[in-house]
Amino acid sequence: MSEHDEHEDERSVPELDPDAELRARVAVEAAALRAETSEGAQELTPRGDTDPTELRREVGAVLRLPEGTYVDPGDIDIERRDDETMIINMGPQHPSTHGVLRLMLELDGETVLRTKPIIGYLHTGMEKTAEELTFVQGSTNVTRMDYLSPLHNELVFSLATEALLGVELPPRAVWIRMLMAELNRVSSHLMWMATNGMDLGSTSMMIYGFREREMVLTFFEKTTGLRMNHNFIRPGGVAADLPDGWEDDVDVICETILTRTYEYDELLTGQPIFRERTEAVGNISAEEALALSVTGPILRSTGVPWDLRRTMPYLAYDKLDFDVIVGTYGDNFDRYSVRLNEIRESIKMIRQIVEQMPPGDYRVQDRKVTPPPRGRIDESMEALIHHFKIFTEGFRVPEGEVYTAIESPRGELGCYLVSDGTSKPYRMHIRGPSFVNLQALPVLLRGGLMADAVAVISSVDPVMGEVDR
Amino acid sequence: MGAVGSRRRAGGHAPVSETSTPTRAGPPSAVLPDVPRLPDSLVDQLAFPPRARYAEMVEAFKSVGFELCSDLCAVDYLTHPGRTLPDGVAPERFEVVVNLLSLSQRQRVRIRVQVPESDPCLSSIIDLYPGADAMEREAFDMVGIVFEGHPDLTRILMPEDWEGHPLRKDYGVGRVPVQFKEAPGPR
Repeated sequence: MSEHDEHEDERSVPELDPDAELRARVAVEAAALRAETSEGAQELTPRGDTDPTELRREVGAVLRLPEGTYVDPGDIDIERRDDETMIINMGPQHPSTHGVLRLMLELDGETVLRTKPIIGYLHTGMEKTAEELTFVQGSTNVTRMDYLSPLHNELVFSLATEALLGVELPPRAVWIRMLMAELNRVSSHLMWMATNGMDLGSTSMMIYGFREREMVLTFFEKTTGLRMNHNFIRPGGVAADLPDGWEDDVDVICETILTRTYEYDELLTGQPIFRERTEAVGNISAEEALALSVTGPILRSTGVPWDLRRTMPYLAYDKLDFDVIVGTYGDNFDRYSVRLNEIRESIKMIRQIVEQMPPGDYRVQDRKVTPPPRGRIDESMEALIHHFKIFTEGFRVPEGEVYTAIESPRGELGCYLVSDGTSKPYRMHIRGPSFVNLQALPVLLRGGLMADAVAVISSVDPVMGEVDR
Repeated sequence: MGAVGSRRRAGGHAPVSETSTPTRAGPPSAVLPDVPRLPDSLVDQLAFPPRARYAEMVEAFKSVGFELCSDLCAVDYLTHPGRTLPDGVAPERFEVVVNLLSLSQRQRVRIRVQVPESDPCLSSIIDLYPGADAMEREAFDMVGIVFEGHPDLTRILMPEDWEGHPLRKDYGVGRVPVQFKEAPGPR
């Protein structure tokens, strides 16, 4: 390219470029089209073109915090000249951004000054799709959002639908849901341990994390038929009862994974390199986390004991004995410790669930919501009609709107559901914890080193399927 | 957390041991009691402020200890105008729904604001809750509510040159025509 330019300079015939006029016209047309249709650029703008107020906001969004919270104006260096810094793109195709997350980072040497996450690369319009599907089909759709904790997605959607329907679940369905949700939390946190280890250069942790997660997924496959995207928790209960001998399977999972968590302790927790890379990296304070609506392990790592399972219990979590794990400093290491200890707490809960699992039905016996059993279809015309109606038209849900929230492995997973009295949701909005937690990235990355950015992104644990929906 | 040595800290702020205490705790029913409400089974308050008092109401809730804006979304009620609303609230085409959460009181409130089709604008609450940033951008992107005072109101999920707002009810859903064996071809 440059060689070619020099060549042209030597001959000095730039005015003979036959495409110049065409290119100029195309550029003008493109600019006009942009002005007409674009709502404004999503990218991080260069320092010189940015308004100082906006610059202050972008610098970690800290200056928009409520009064009385920590802000050191000296930290915010808006006088820096444009040519001293560099804006680089990280992603959307970067192995350490956990999917198609694109970050625009403004760097001064190795130091990150500003960050802007740019998302939407995995947007598949699931909220729009949900309006086209019936409530029966809805859980098939939502299970694909947060693909590392599909059962939590199904759970929040089912809870919202049931709140609108006003059905009361049999106790066994509630406890099966709790068992599956906690197993899913274990597998999700193990996956996080694996990828976080990988991002910090610990390949063994990656292998171990995937190995243990596979045990949980095998149990899921035995119970639901699929390793992921189960469509197991449905409005009205769960799809099937637990398989024979499930207590033994769960017991083996609990025993093995609990033992292995102490091996992770030896591998990572006490290891100097791991400590150096995680301690005091990516700090966030409780005030900042609350202001930015951050929930889940990130909020708990700052010392706020907020866990919806404890503070606003759903299902039967109020009958379980468990601890809410909190950190102190809100850095990468605290987020690691919170998640590692949450695996242990979940295993504690799973053991209690196995002990207290009530007998009975695994779904509500309301023919309006639940299809008749297979055997009845051969005998009864009404059962056949009910079955046909439920799977073609679905059931009608009374008019109303509801917001339910559960504690997913990443934070508060909410579902806002509006029904207009038909069998399809009028509007379904999912409050994805990863989507909201990503707003903390500018705060977490600010002032840190570029090399730590990978570790910090990993510690936020974003799942892009849920961010972009 | 085990015996951890002196932890170096990148920032200068002190570690926080408990949630920030609200400045003035009070029951949410005391917040702007003249605003119409509806009973709801899952939240403590379901309030319907007029558009002009929306920001005032959010601020009032924040001052009684609702520290976290857990959700903000917009709904297009184009094909479902007859929804249940309290007396004195006229239905409009759009509705912005804000879910606030109080950690100290373990309560939720939900605020539903009517936004007319002719002027789909609402004041931004980003100064009160910086976490509403991405949520307001999403509501703008998906339903086309313009949040006045939002410093960076751009599309967040759709490409920036996208036309239209996909979650509006009059936005066409693309359909692939089904081609049957005997049907005449396109040409």
